[in-house]
Amino acid sequence: MYEFVRGPLLWISFIVFIGGSLFRLLYMAMLAKKKDHTVYTYMSLKYGLRSILHWIIPFGSINMRQRPAFTIFSFAFHICLLFTPIFLLAHNVLWYESWGISWWTIPDWLADIMTVVVIIAGVFFFLRRRLRPEVRYVTSASDYALLIIAVAPFITGFLAYHQWLPYKAMLILHILAGEIMLMVIPFTRLDHMFFFWFTRAYMGSEFGAVRHVKDW
Amino acid sequence: MTALLERKWGVTDIGLEEGVSRLDPSKITKVINQVLNGEGIARLKTYVDTCIHCGLCSTACHHYLSNDCDPTFAPVAKIKNTLWEMIKNKGRVSPAFIKQAAEIAYTECNLCKRCSMYCPFGIDMAWMLSLVRRICHLCGVVPQYLQDTANSHAVTMNQMWVKQDEWIDTLQWQEEEAQSEIPSLRIPLDKEGADVMYSVIGPEPKFRAQLIYSAAVLMTVAGVNWTMPSFDGWDNSDMAMYSGDWEVMGRVKKAHFEAAMKLKVKKIVMGECGHAFRSVYDVGNRWLGWKMHPIPIVHAIQFYYELLKDGKIKIVRKIKEPVTLHDPCNVMRGRGLMEHARYVVKAMCEDFREMEPNREYNYCCCAGGGVINCGPPWKKKRVDSNKIKAEQLAATGAKIVITPCHNCHSGIEDIINYYKLGIHNVFIIDLLMQCIEIPEELKA
Ligand code: HEM
Ligand code: SF4
Ligand code: SF4
Repeated sequence: MYEFVRGPLLWISFIVFIGGSLFRLLYMAMLAKKKDHTVYTYMSLKYGLRSILHWIIPFGSINMRQRPAFTIFSFAFHICLLFTPIFLLAHNVLWYESWGISWWTIPDWLADIMTVVVIIAGVFFFLRRRLRPEVRYVTSASDYALLIIAVAPFITGFLAYHQWLPYKAMLILHILAGEIMLMVIPFTRLDHMFFFWFTRAYMGSEFGAVRHVKDW
Repeated sequence: MTALLERKWGVTDIGLEEGVSRLDPSKITKVINQVLNGEGIARLKTYVDTCIHCGLCSTACHHYLSNDCDPTFAPVAKIKNTLWEMIKNKGRVSPAFIKQAAEIAYTECNLCKRCSMYCPFGIDMAWMLSLVRRICHLCGVVPQYLQDTANSHAVTMNQMWVKQDEWIDTLQWQEEEAQSEIPSLRIPLDKEGADVMYSVIGPEPKFRAQLIYSAAVLMTVAGVNWTMPSFDGWDNSDMAMYSGDWEVMGRVKKAHFEAAMKLKVKKIVMGECGHAFRSVYDVGNRWLGWKMHPIPIVHAIQFYYELLKDGKIKIVRKIKEPVTLHDPCNVMRGRGLMEHARYVVKAMCEDFREMEPNREYNYCCCAGGGVINCGPPWKKKRVDSNKIKAEQLAATGAKIVITPCHNCHSGIEDIINYYKLGIHNVFIIDLLMQCIEIPEELKA
């Protein structure tokens, strides 16, 4: 089992993740070219970037300032979620063993904290979905599923690292959870990780170049 | 399918009732699939797939805030109760569902786009709800009053069934009225090669002819070389844009642009209207294939600003009472005339007070987007759904509110009366008439 998740399935998940994401992006770009030319007509590099900048800086938009708790959780969640796996020492060792590449790493104690941050933020998102009527109203099973898929690699990784439960089984679950996450990204709302840049840039262009106002 | 909504107002609208009674499910499916697979499909797919269901857009919407944060009024909820269901069911939804979609799209969203500034992805809920309106229009399920204005556009090229002789008659009547103040004043009709073609919305000759008088005085005092068309195309308004009848919208916009071209003017100046501006600046021009408007178009606010800045008009009296300004979505969030408006208003008013929030963040009037044009059946729902505006207005302590947009103006008027705010509601030009200098040599 370990051999399988560590070998073929890992390859499959990377291929699905990268191939699927490229396919989705190219497909959308072509569809827009054919049936939605507005997007190209009004897209502006300057105003698109201006808008993105305001929305990737914490508290850069009025809505973020009006919801400080959410903003902190959201940024902590995304930063830790993206950086922990990439800069984790153990992952780097694996990459080095497999492909002979490696880069900076973060100390294990920091990775441990960042993992816990992802999990706590996940709990925050979950509670928010249960308790806030406006979020609950638009929540369906798939939203919980996506949240679990996003947080599962961190829970299992944390448990494996601390070896509170059988290590080998946890490790397999951890790798599996990571692979599932990678594979579903292109085909679910988690693809917002790619489309964010385009939806934001488009609205930024409309607001900046046509409407001459801020959109943050 | 999720259960249909129950709204406390329980409005019945013949346009919706009868439209739905004529619908059969296969027609619905055909229309939905035609619209949702048509132009705009890439944006639609991306928006629907990207929305993470976070609800962050909710507090942007005055409907949500005014109805005690009822989650069904959140912008994303309106998409859920219309498009998500249509997409999930591949267009197979019931006539009753279409009726609900129409009620949501026509009366619970003003297409103000405030929510797009609140959504972290910049998702365009207003545009998506205008697609829902398009679907309802093609299904023949449109609120009766709104449909009537669209019919009027289709038949007469103006919004109010004004006939050409009535139009010319109204202009001459206002010209005569104004001549008692300035004997040499003219409203020049069809003057080829004038600098400015002045255009108004259909309701001006019908209910607010006084505004044409004021515009003529302003043009005369400022010495503008201007004209108005006597023929179709004089009306810049466009309710077909809001009903979803984009074919008629296109015809109306074309007539308007062509009137200006026929008269060979340098630019169009339009009166204090927001939706009309949107129709020439953002929506109608795009339907006709123009990236921007084909000839220069200046909104009244910018026009006043330029006249004042260039010294063409002079402020000689000031308003002493506290004054506040409503920022109409279509020219503020839609065109960024925030500072132009403040320049003019501050020049006239000693005690100017901002509403909070203001400028591009201002709350919509809840009348725009064709909502007020859905008529009397929906009035109570409309004013109840903008309690937040009443609170915002009252908090300024102002005695006068300037509302430089026709739809906003009528909407704010209703809010002032319903919530008994005791505030006087004016257009910018009403104050200009009190404040500017009429040179002695022009006077009677
Ligand atoms: C650079 C990439 C990414 C960007 C720009 C981004 C952006 C966003 C934004 C703007 C939101 C809306 C709510 C909020 O502000 O939190 C969001 C929510 C969310 N994101 Fe991301 N994201 C990215 C990557 C990811 C990845 C890789 C995952 C997980 C696989 C993820 C999982 C989530 C989840 C689960 C939510 C919903 C939280 C909730 O339940 O309310 N994101 N993201
Ligand atoms: S009324 Fe304005 S804020 Fe509310 S949903 Fe419509 S566009 Fe968004
Ligand atoms: S804020 Fe944007 S992403 Fe979040 S629910 Fe509203 S539309 Fe969807």
